[in-house]
Amino acid sequence: MTEAVLAKSGNTATAAPEAMAWDSRSRRVVMLYVPLACFLIILLFPFYWMTVTAFKPNAELYNFTEHNPFWITSPTLDHIYLLLFKTSYPKWLWTTMLVSVCATVLSLVASTLAAYSIQRLRFKGSQYVGLAIYLAYLVPPSILFIPLATMVVQLGLFDTPFALILTYPTFLIPFCTWLLIGYFKSIPYELEECALIDGASRLQILRQITLPLAIPGLISAGIFSFTLSWNEFIYALAFIQSSENKTVPVAILTELVTGDVYQWGALMAGSLLGSLPVAIFYSFFVDYYVSSLTGAVKE
Amino acid sequence: MSTTTAPVWTKARVQPGALARLFDWKPFLAFICLLPAVGLLLTFLTYPLGLGIFLAFTDTTIGRRGVWVGLENFEYLITDPIFWGAVFFSVFYTAVATIGKFALGLWLALLLNQHLPMKSLLRAIILLPWIVPTVLSAIAFWWIFDPQFSILSYLAIDVIGIRETPFDFINTAWPARFSLIAANIWRGIPFVAISLLAGLQTISPALYEAALLDGASAWQRFRYITFPMLMPILAIVMTFSIIFTFTDFQLVYAITRGGPVNSTHLLATLAFQRGIPGGQLGEGAAIAVSMIPFLVFATLFSYYGLARRKWQQGESND
Repeated sequence: MTEAVLAKSGNTATAAPEAMAWDSRSRRVVMLYVPLACFLIILLFPFYWMTVTAFKPNAELYNFTEHNPFWITSPTLDHIYLLLFKTSYPKWLWTTMLVSVCATVLSLVASTLAAYSIQRLRFKGSQYVGLAIYLAYLVPPSILFIPLATMVVQLGLFDTPFALILTYPTFLIPFCTWLLIGYFKSIPYELEECALIDGASRLQILRQITLPLAIPGLISAGIFSFTLSWNEFIYALAFIQSSENKTVPVAILTELVTGDVYQWGALMAGSLLGSLPVAIFYSFFVDYYVSSLTGAVKE
Repeated sequence: MSTTTAPVWTKARVQPGALARLFDWKPFLAFICLLPAVGLLLTFLTYPLGLGIFLAFTDTTIGRRGVWVGLENFEYLITDPIFWGAVFFSVFYTAVATIGKFALGLWLALLLNQHLPMKSLLRAIILLPWIVPTVLSAIAFWWIFDPQFSILSYLAIDVIGIRETPFDFINTAWPARFSLIAANIWRGIPFVAISLLAGLQTISPALYEAALLDGASAWQRFRYITFPMLMPILAIVMTFSIIFTFTDFQLVYAITRGGPVNSTHLLATLAFQRGIPGGQLGEGAAIAVSMIPFLVFATLFSYYGLARRKWQQGESND
């Protein structure tokens, strides 16, 4: 009995490491790399398909029997040419850029000041102001666009970029404030106390001590605001009417889709060019983006 | 000697002007700092929210100031099968898409939590569907769902050979609904995965070591350690996801515009269609307002999720 157990244990002891090593390697491939590869293929395929379509001549685009649809045999810039020179695409890009930058700057200034006063000046009821701003984030644009449309008309802003610059902060400020409150919390208060003792005024402290230390937080908030404003759709659809004032997402959907035959090549080229600025911008600051996304969720 | 130098030293200190002192006065400074943010939010968020609820009880149309009609808009909507269709699809869309997003997102987060080469590059690539404008990726899906030239139909017919005819993605009601849900899940996976990954990384390895010593299986470790520790962050991310899926507009508007035969209208797209192109602002506002009860429910869910998180981590409620 004891011998049998000993023999058995001896057996497994010698055989185990090899078997387990092989087992764990193949197991790792099946359980980890195969699903991960599937996820990557599915998540990236629409972008690949967008790119391929944007550079394909029409003859290949609608003929799957003679051309392999996954590849381009004779790439062409026709669709991009059409987009850049036959439509107002550059104007739309410019409008989108203008609106996104202005809305981002406006929200950053407003939310930095608000976050500073909530987190550092700590007046009575500051928690409740913070909570109210957090709750504002939970109000989605879908229930605001109809009353906002009537307001925008009454203020005489309909069909101007100002309509978007002033309304985008409603969803940018809550998020940025929330993010910056968390960021300010991480800066030691002792630094400010030192400055106070040295006779600095509150505004000097904000400008010369807190803000320079909060630059990473400001960058994350800026990236978020920029991508959110670039991606915004429903306000831009409801408040802008004339073709030349439209933003890229709205213009592609309403100006390029004409009649029953869709210009898929041009549509995909437009989507690709419209996605590139955010993608490039994002790739420079990806670490800030990820950390702020996860940080904001953890806060 | 020393008595003469002391006053000179105090005089050298310049008294700040009245304006500077005002800005150093805490209540005033706090007020000034809050003014831009609170002012913008009150004007363009709180006021329109109230105005929207008011409009829902009027018969305002574009270009004409409405009069108070009481519950007439809601009475009309209750008898409107298209409205009930939109309510049904909003709930169905939110439920199925949320389950799909969280199941797949959690799986992806667990995969990414392993030791992998080029981890940060992977994370960056995976977030792409989330940062690219939704409408633009929706147009790509629209092209993928094309009735004639769909690449998925090509794969199924010519490459794998499991079908004779192209897929019908968006031309009949149920396939269109599921196609939209698929596109929504595709867009939502990265956000869920990256947020949950952040949650996973906060779980202490000591817990897993202890469980291993106690002989827990992989499933038991997931069920009794990972899942409960992830619950608080899961609750918050899910609340956000539910709110923004329920009020989604872009995907549906870009791919089907509520068609075929109004079968894929969400409440937001129906509100837009009736309110802006249709001109019935009062009715559109009523549809939008009918989303509020669902949002309140989701917010309360978020609040209790947060409360439980603090209790679990033993933090004081600050």
